[in-house]
Amino acid sequence: MSSEGHIQLVDHLFRHEAGKMVAVLAARFGLAHLQLAEDAVQDAFVQAGATWRFGQLPADPAAWLMRTAANRAIDLLRREGRWQRIQAGLSDSDTEAPPAHYHGQELADAQLQMIFACCHPALKPEDGIALTLKTVSGFSAAEIARALMSSEAALQKRLARARSFLREEGIRLEIPAGPALRTRLDRVYTVLYLLFNEGYHSTKADEPIRRDLCGEAMRCCKLLVEHPAVRQPAAFALLALMCFHAARFDARLTSDNELILLAGQDRTLWDQELIAVGRQYLNEASRGTELSRYHLEAAIAAEHCAAPRFNDTCWPRLLVLYDHLAAMCPTPAVRLARAVVLAETGDIAGAIGYVLATEGIETLLRTQYLFPAILGDLYKRLSETVKARALLEQACALTPSPAERHLLQAKLETLRN
Amino acid sequence: MKNFMLLFRGGSDAVTLSPEDQQQQMQKWFDWVGALQAKGIYAGGEALMPTGKTVHKDHLVTDGPYAESKELVGGYFLVKAESLEAATEIAKDCPDLPLGGTVEVRDVVVFG
Repeated sequence: MSSEGHIQLVDHLFRHEAGKMVAVLAARFGLAHLQLAEDAVQDAFVQAGATWRFGQLPADPAAWLMRTAANRAIDLLRREGRWQRIQAGLSDSDTEAPPAHYHGQELADAQLQMIFACCHPALKPEDGIALTLKTVSGFSAAEIARALMSSEAALQKRLARARSFLREEGIRLEIPAGPALRTRLDRVYTVLYLLFNEGYHSTKADEPIRRDLCGEAMRCCKLLVEHPAVRQPAAFALLALMCFHAARFDARLTSDNELILLAGQDRTLWDQELIAVGRQYLNEASRGTELSRYHLEAAIAAEHCAAPRFNDTCWPRLLVLYDHLAAMCPTPAVRLARAVVLAETGDIAGAIGYVLATEGIETLLRTQYLFPAILGDLYKRLSETVKARALLEQACALTPSPAERHLLQAKLETLRN
Repeated sequence: MKNFMLLFRGGSDAVTLSPEDQQQQMQKWFDWVGALQAKGIYAGGEALMPTGKTVHKDHLVTDGPYAESKELVGGYFLVKAESLEAATEIAKDCPDLPLGGTVEVRDVVVFG
């Protein structure tokens, strides 16, 4: 016990420990007991809260939490009468008092197995996001609901659905190998990418929780690149992409939570250290021959980060990268971004034509505010005022974000003058 | 300066917090203890397990206090203060008050 001096806990220590503990307990007692593992971990934190606050901490707090949670899990299993059955399937060492110390590799394996289970291809990606935040990242249902702007009841339902899917399908905790690894990893990348974007692009939730979402996506991605069995160039590329975006986090919003576009950002606020880390990951990603969409998106983000001022941006190089990206994933969003770059190289009419040639553009202009917003801006730059105004007004009506609406209204204002 | 005992009931041990909130709540306690230590008026503190035994007449032993957790003494501090009023002022900084916790302030008897 230590009682001397002011105690300062590491940021998010409990949340991260919760994720590790759930992973270890689920690995030990089976994924079918995921809910029980989560309850046991919750109880361990209640005990910690009740006893540590009087100024004395266990010598090894993480080990104390793990031991308390494991004992609690065994209690709960006994109470449910399943203990004997599970005991029969477990080795002697598993049924003894669980070891207080888990060595690094066991912890890394357990967490990674949990990520693969939460990001199972048969689960919907949005359910995967919720389950990952709950079990891998140690968020409470209320915190996830707040982060994803969902009601807590709906979120609880989503989590219950995902858990029962894992149980009923008999999903095993494993690190996939062979040809399966590739497909499983692709889904993990997708979920982590969506998780990061949810934190980065949504202006709905408050900033601290959005920052946490980005941080969690990066932490999970780090687990992927640090594990020799699953480490792939695409994971390094995804992590690099996240670093480049996260480096601009502080420059993206005004103090009133208004969005600032790339052109208007104070680039001295960009985190150069994080950009440098991103470059290292991007170097790692270039080993081998694989070229994923994350490679291209990271290279695009790196290009933006390399320009000291907006006017220094190397648009022709960006256009080449977007050509590759649009060939690989010709989604409307990628086409729209490519059009913006094309316009910056001077070919505004070409950019307008390219946007209008997007499949389903009529619907997109009526439903996705970014399309009328950007197309309207392109017309504005060609001084086609009537078309520009109609599109910008359409975008104004569509955007859910007050910050975006202010930007659009400012543009409409300049059209009137 | 005299010793006073602060007895804590309810609060952190009677509510369910997320790990993140639990950590923030605990940090408030550590900050409080740290501030009392810095002033040299923190004379000790310990937590009590919620389970226990009660011994009665004729050595009859019953299990646990079995009170509602919000009524259970979860732990205590010993603090140094000039008067009961001063000790009560200290107790007003308890981080668990907003969570429904209570602090009982008791004068430790000294025979002089």
